[in-house]
Amino acid sequence: MISLITYLINGISLGSVYAIIALGYTMVYGIAKMLNFAHGDVIMVGSFTVFWGISMQGFNPVLSVLLSIALCITLGITIEFIAYRPLRGAASSLVVLITAIGVSYFLQNIALLIFGANTKSFTSLINFGPVRLFEGQIIISGETIATIITCLIIMVCLTLFIKKTKPGQAMLAVSEDKGAAQLMGINVNGTITLTFAIGSGLAAIAGILLCSAYPSLSPYTGSMPGIKAFIAAVFGGIGSIPGALIGGILLGVIEILGRAYISSQMADVIVFMVLIIVLLVKPTGILGRKLQEKV
Amino acid sequence: MAMLEVRDLEVFYGVIKAIKGISFEVNQGEVIALIGANGAGKTTILHTITGLLSPKSGSVIFNGVEISKIKSHKIVTMGMAHVPEGRRVFAQLSVFQNLMLGAFTRKDKAEIDNNLSNIYRRFPRLEERKNQIAGTLSGGEQQMLAMGRALMSQPNIILMDEPSMGLSPIFVNEIFKIIEEVSASGTTVLLVEQNAKKALSISNRAYVLETGNIALTGKADELLNNDEIKKAYLGE
Repeated sequence: MISLITYLINGISLGSVYAIIALGYTMVYGIAKMLNFAHGDVIMVGSFTVFWGISMQGFNPVLSVLLSIALCITLGITIEFIAYRPLRGAASSLVVLITAIGVSYFLQNIALLIFGANTKSFTSLINFGPVRLFEGQIIISGETIATIITCLIIMVCLTLFIKKTKPGQAMLAVSEDKGAAQLMGINVNGTITLTFAIGSGLAAIAGILLCSAYPSLSPYTGSMPGIKAFIAAVFGGIGSIPGALIGGILLGVIEILGRAYISSQMADVIVFMVLIIVLLVKPTGILGRKLQEKV
Repeated sequence: MAMLEVRDLEVFYGVIKAIKGISFEVNQGEVIALIGANGAGKTTILHTITGLLSPKSGSVIFNGVEISKIKSHKIVTMGMAHVPEGRRVFAQLSVFQNLMLGAFTRKDKAEIDNNLSNIYRRFPRLEERKNQIAGTLSGGEQQMLAMGRALMSQPNIILMDEPSMGLSPIFVNEIFKIIEEVSASGTTVLLVEQNAKKALSISNRAYVLETGNIALTGKADELLNNDEIKKAYLGE
């Protein structure tokens, strides 16, 4: 029982990281109607920036984190501007999808050139100790707590942003009908840029949390969490922000419980099986809307 | 000087010439109808005026400014609103959110509130349903919402694309009554309609479109009595 609680907490924590990453997928999908498969690699860039700042330059951790977020936001905006915007309105959405995969490999290989293929050990940024509950029977690491709290803060802020601010309402309008949004005076390109900026900033935060909890870093660090977060987004209902949270957390819990009780080698198999089953049973995901646009 | 002037407009869809050099004008305070059959190019013209489409050649001049190269979202701030064909309300958002998006380009909170209460007065149904999700409204209510949303930008001119399409006769009458009220309150109206009889009955002047050309133009009451028009568009 005690170990189940520990696993659940760790699952929620891992799921929180997936949820933060999934937000980037789901918001970009909702607004630009494209799957940004380079999103996972933005996570890697974010983590490498912090690694470079702290371990190679000796910067202050806070400065490194801010630097990482700023760099990822710039990167996200640049990718959208150079690679995706010219293809908007292309005959097939497949074109954008392939481009996104290309951008993904591009980022991985740039990181490979700069930092090499060796796995780096990432120094955790969380410096408060583990919390012990029930006379030490449950130990929750500082990283776990920080991740869950960060995810909650992000969710609350994002929800408020979308409900209460004009740019947030513009996002909702653009995600529904770009043409009608333009007729309201909404700058559609600007709104898409903003979405990429938010998603990429969140990717940086997710990368730092992920590498603090699992402290190893390579140019391929972002790809697996990226794919799993994509699954989380589909699982929760792509395009839906609460869906990203629910999908992410469920996925994290399933993965950790699968690893603990079934087989640690099989954990990823289970995760991907969940995706297939969800797609078979409810193709729109848990909170998904009716799919109107083709992917 | 005309408020809105379209001059020698040519619009292409790929290689297909949809609008073949059209010119017309709308003066301050007028209700102008563009009538014509399906595929005549009515919607294309409105989309070109509000910048959703770019013309191949020709110009669109609004209050003395050439707007055919200006982006759609900036044209709204110049005082032009467009109620698109098929209403295109934001179906997942509430009536209130839809109306507030109509005021997206405006900043004066007090003015917006004032405008909102005027719109609720004109469309009491919208106030009753302000928290309802727009997609659950009936077609006629959605049309009212689309019109209210456009009016929230306090336009000088409002472009309406087939406002009566798919509505029951009662709603059609109501919508046309509202268009007359909008016009009476000082907003210039450019109306695209297939319901030629109704459109002509509330317009000052009209242009009859046939496959990308203006076939006929004149005062609305004269067109109503024109034999050719009667045969082709009024079903008499």
